[in-house]
Amino acid sequence: MEQYNLSHLKELEAESIYIIREVAAEFENPVMLYSIGKDSSVMARLAEKAFAPGRPPFPLMHIDSKWKFKEMLQFRDWYAREHGWKLIVESNMEAFKAGVGPFTHGSKVHTDLMKTQALLHGLKKYGFDAAFGGARRDEEKSRAKERIFSFRDQFQQWDPKNQRPELWDIYNTRIHKGESIRVFPLSNWTELDIWQYIRLENIPIVPLYFAKERPVVEMDGQLIMPDDERLPEKYKDMIEMRKIRFRTLGCWPLTGAIESEADTIEKIVEEMMTTTKSERTTRVIDFDQDASMEQKKREGYF
Amino acid sequence: MKDLKDNKVSITEFLDNDEKKDLLRLLTAGSVDDGKSTLIGRLLFDSKKLYEDQLTALERDSKRVGNAGENIDYALLLDGLKAEREEGITIDVAYRYFSTNKRKFIIADTPGHEQYTRNMITGGSTANLAIILVDARNGIITQTRRHTFLVSLLGIKHVVLAVNKMDLCGFDKAVFDKIVSEYMDFVRPLGIEDITCFPLSALDGDNVVDKSERTPWYEGPALLDFLETIPLHADHNMEDFRFPVQFVSRPHLNFRGFCGKVASGIIRKGDEVVALPSMKHSRVKAIVPPYAPNQKQLGADGSTLNTAELPMQTVDYAFPPESVILQLEDEIDISRGEMLVKADNLPFVGRNFEAMLVWMDEEPMDRSKAFYIKQTTNTSRCHVDQIHYRIDVNTLEQSECEAFRLNEIGRVVIQASKELFFDSYKLNKQTGSFILIDPITNNTSAVGMIISAVDEKELHNAEAIPTLDLPKLGIAPEHYEAIERAVDELDRQGIAVRIVK
Repeated sequence: MEQYNLSHLKELEAESIYIIREVAAEFENPVMLYSIGKDSSVMARLAEKAFAPGRPPFPLMHIDSKWKFKEMLQFRDWYAREHGWKLIVESNMEAFKAGVGPFTHGSKVHTDLMKTQALLHGLKKYGFDAAFGGARRDEEKSRAKERIFSFRDQFQQWDPKNQRPELWDIYNTRIHKGESIRVFPLSNWTELDIWQYIRLENIPIVPLYFAKERPVVEMDGQLIMPDDERLPEKYKDMIEMRKIRFRTLGCWPLTGAIESEADTIEKIVEEMMTTTKSERTTRVIDFDQDASMEQKKREGYF
Repeated sequence: MKDLKDNKVSITEFLDNDEKKDLLRLLTAGSVDDGKSTLIGRLLFDSKKLYEDQLTALERDSKRVGNAGENIDYALLLDGLKAEREEGITIDVAYRYFSTNKRKFIIADTPGHEQYTRNMITGGSTANLAIILVDARNGIITQTRRHTFLVSLLGIKHVVLAVNKMDLCGFDKAVFDKIVSEYMDFVRPLGIEDITCFPLSALDGDNVVDKSERTPWYEGPALLDFLETIPLHADHNMEDFRFPVQFVSRPHLNFRGFCGKVASGIIRKGDEVVALPSMKHSRVKAIVPPYAPNQKQLGADGSTLNTAELPMQTVDYAFPPESVILQLEDEIDISRGEMLVKADNLPFVGRNFEAMLVWMDEEPMDRSKAFYIKQTTNTSRCHVDQIHYRIDVNTLEQSECEAFRLNEIGRVVIQASKELFFDSYKLNKQTGSFILIDPITNNTSAVGMIISAVDEKELHNAEAIPTLDLPKLGIAPEHYEAIERAVDELDRQGIAVRIVK
């Protein structure tokens, strides 16, 4: 008996694959931004599925802020190598050499120089005209209004008041030289959809998502896992072992862990469904200023 | 199925059930005064989608800028952007996500103000269902008629009329009945398939998630119950097979596949297909679904587990809206923008058609411009040949018009510079819709819904496809291939040139 209904996950998968193929067909030089997080893992898998038995006709690019967890970088290199991806890694080496970091310069300056500026530089250096990002609309309020194909002017800026109308699945991909489009194939996925898909598809993710005994320091109400010797001296005797995991992954001094027993995907989902805090509360940068994510997005941050 | 929070089901059971849920996309239309945001907030709140920190922020903001006095102002939750909070209205489409034990939902929340017709059209284009809110004290107003007309224009099959603020009318059956009967009279000529009316109080929750004891005279279900059970599979066109080719995949010499989405109809392995515009026949050799060839896992010690590559997967049939790759038995040259169909069921093939057009650009229509038209995966140049009339979205009256301005809607005739493959929007949303792109600014200037093909002789300013008669021009045959390549490139950019050899 043939049946003609799709589950929501199959429908979301079909929509994302259509979007990814549309970019491959309509742009000269696309790139997939790869943050190493769970959403990026799903996006990379969707790209692999979109072209099999062929290969995705674009590389992955990771913006390395130089403060990422070591386990993330190991996972990134393993994933790209074993899954046949061309991987580009870009960093703001000038700022790095000048010693920019979250402890000395604060999260705002660090994020601007090591993430936003490094990203803009990387996009420009290779002349990418379209960049996939793994952002979801359910993550944060300013993302809830962004188009799937989101126009960026020649300064890579987003203007929330002047977005192109986006209807059906007909995407306007026309740009002038120097302009670009950010494309969000996971726009309509929720956090639960991502976990559900990782579970069903058996997609590898960074082990930091799973609970384990790890060293942590409490800083301003966040549990920070010191990942290298750059932890300021004053915190060094405050380190203790706790069973923790991460809900999102980023720069280690800016990403809070949660105490957790969840060491399988099922337990993670259970924890997520019964917890009362949303995903972004463990990201320090959102607390900088009111409507801070919208501000960063206007300036070119993803 | 019990809720996870009550710990009545195991997590595995919950996930196995969750996986099977389907997806309903819905549009909400109405103004802030109708309590639209309150209704959405309640759907999210009562389905436990709000997290504690969102609630904390909401309570804080409600006290600072809210309009709900001491109560939580749900509207603030939905008004995301900074500028809008200051203006006190939502200005664009915002998407919200929630799920119940039966179904997943995506809400496109759009504003009700007249100048934002554009946004409602944007939010509604992918919706299965529209909720139109009215304030029970005001009944059917101009805005209700405008929203309903736009919903019918977009071909949304299911409409919910939510008569809100029944608490302020004493839950009076007569008030509800009068509004419903007035609405039904208005809506009849618009041809909406399925209309259901609900008496609600979004503020107090009556008939939103649970049936209210304050409306004993109302016999229908609660709104959420209705949204959870309305059947969706009939919303796709399963009759007319259309496969616009999106991308040609040729990873190695032995494989050439046509990537695309099944826009409508069903395709099975072995089916005979015809390629448009060449009209060449072939059969479907294989249908390749999305699959991951590489299933490698990271071992605990950093090693790689499971290194075997999966062979190519195939399925026996595909249906909308699946994205697949079709492999054909014969070597036919097909590129992006062309379409695979069945020989006994062809779309319109032609350059001229009549359509309803919605102007979306701040810049008024310039009739001298050669717009880009994007329809399915095809791009061409085009011009607006005639404007039959402009329609007033408030009164539905038609008037003569020279050019459209922002938010204006009307019936037009368009001529593309190359052949397109299309159906009427009523029968097939996927192949009956298009956008116009300004050739200078690249903005999406207008969106359209095709009514029918138009005969060339009815055009006012028909433009012939330029012809290159190669022998007549004295061009030697060894140059033909180079010229054909150049013409193919022009075609890719939407400019058609005919070659005579």
